[in-house]
Amino acid sequence: MTKPKEQWGTRLGIILAVAGSAVGLGNFLRFPGLASQNGGGAFMIPYFCALIFLGIPVCWAEWTMGKYGGQFGFNSCPAIFGVLGRHKFWRYIGVLGLLIPIVVYMYYVLIESWCLMYAWHYLTGHLSLGEDPTKYVEKSKALFQGYTGSDQDGLMVEGGVHVSVIFWIITFAVNFYYIYRGLSKGIEKFCSWAMPMMGVLAIIVLVRVLTLGTPNPEFPDRSVLNGLGFMWNPKSTADGGAWYMALADPKIWIASAGQIFFTLSVGFGVIINYASYLKRKDDVVLSGLTASATNEFFEVCLGGLITVPAGFVFLGIAGTVGGTFGLGFNTLPVVFEYMPGGRIFGCMWFFMLFLAAITSSLSMLQPAIAFLEEALGIGRRASCAMLGIVTALGSLFVIYFSKDLVALNTMDFWVGTVLIFVLAMFQVILYAWVFGAKRGYQFAQIGAELTLPPVFNFVIKYVSPTYLIGVFILWSWNNLPGYIEQLKEGGVRLLTVGVIAATLVFLLFLIAIAGPRWQAEGKDKSRGRELLGNAGGGR
Amino acid sequence: MTGAGWVFMLCSTGSVISLMVFCFYRVLSKPAAANHMHAPLEIDTHDAGT
Repeated sequence: MTKPKEQWGTRLGIILAVAGSAVGLGNFLRFPGLASQNGGGAFMIPYFCALIFLGIPVCWAEWTMGKYGGQFGFNSCPAIFGVLGRHKFWRYIGVLGLLIPIVVYMYYVLIESWCLMYAWHYLTGHLSLGEDPTKYVEKSKALFQGYTGSDQDGLMVEGGVHVSVIFWIITFAVNFYYIYRGLSKGIEKFCSWAMPMMGVLAIIVLVRVLTLGTPNPEFPDRSVLNGLGFMWNPKSTADGGAWYMALADPKIWIASAGQIFFTLSVGFGVIINYASYLKRKDDVVLSGLTASATNEFFEVCLGGLITVPAGFVFLGIAGTVGGTFGLGFNTLPVVFEYMPGGRIFGCMWFFMLFLAAITSSLSMLQPAIAFLEEALGIGRRASCAMLGIVTALGSLFVIYFSKDLVALNTMDFWVGTVLIFVLAMFQVILYAWVFGAKRGYQFAQIGAELTLPPVFNFVIKYVSPTYLIGVFILWSWNNLPGYIEQLKEGGVRLLTVGVIAATLVFLLFLIAIAGPRWQAEGKDKSRGRELLGNAGGGR
Repeated sequence: MTGAGWVFMLCSTGSVISLMVFCFYRVLSKPAAANHMHAPLEIDTHDAGT
């Protein structure tokens, strides 16, 4: 008997699930720091260009590819790539759509557990930086090092169970509980309440930040208005030139394209999987745009108005720098220590970050679950158990090699950054040049509640790939040599790359087993013309 | 906060909010039945045969 196919319960459900996948820590911690250091308000010009010419077109392509593959009964990236590319080469390229979410989950679930731990410690009053304000920054850093074990490898598992490991176990279990419940009763149900709750919590914190005024009379220039100014005033160039001259610097374009790319969860394999549960006549155009717009709301309207102004008001310019971890786990606890009612707002803020993270991590598990089910013909319980073992081993590796967070950062660089670019490039080529942009456009229009702009074909075929490849080359030129040199030194970095390689080989082996199975089932045979109706094919 | 800062902030947040309101208006203004995708009431965990 054919197994009943899982489906989304409601249309709003899939929109919130995709938006939940996209909204993560980067919206609140990475974007504001990046914008304020790369031109301030002027950053928004290349940012919106990247959104229009790269982010949204690739999103629409992913939604369309997913829905198309789903009509053949497939839900995993390798199978869907095989159908779209009509060659087993593409099936193997689809391994990236599994490797990326699985490996990213291994370290992301750990960061997620830190957010839960901070929220819990604020709630119970255990997170205090002492009475001496001059020691707040130092104590905040020491607290983070203690929680993460970044002083030395193996600290988290020495001498009994570390508190961070307990929160990691809780977070891991919650993720697998919801993923086991399935698409509609697990992911969709969770996102349906988590997303609105996240919005409410962020708005409460936003109102608190915007009503701070000038909290310290000793520093009259540290006002909310000046904090907003630090974030949004277009900045002049280093040599004192006009702000628009900063746009001539390629760095600002690379930074904005990278941010758009990572924030929308494109090149991750998640959207393709989620969209594969749609029916032929379901809309993808309006749904895709709504999910992207929701993500942008959290990033620009909430992240852009909270983090940097809050840091500036209490700590001046020093409170606006430090990257994702520095800003999130070192600076903000200091801000909440100064802030009236900081304990409550700190709890709300970190719980909101936890919700942002868990809605993303759930989406990282579903593509692999779907793959294991359709590749091996096993049930959800078995696939959850198998994935649970693999991800737990990877995550424990990151927990053990905690010194300076080297294992975590290495996975984030090679998989969470480099491979995402690579997968996105393959996706664009597959959609626009192999499957055919015109064919894709026709299929996307089936059931669409918003007309896809005709210029979309030109953009996805020429502009997006050029933009993507150009940014990737420039970015690689600036970053890859340094990381390759570090790898040559061996140690934990090389070992981490070994873990990634082992996961890749394991997944390729499973695809090799699955391929003949899919062919034998005859699911990937010529249904393309039928799916497109009378619209025909062509590129 | 300079005038240009206000312009960038209001244009950025305003355009994002407008787009989101437009999208959700279009999604939610459909009849409820059309937004329902008929998920099975009970999720089959596919374990019966394993």
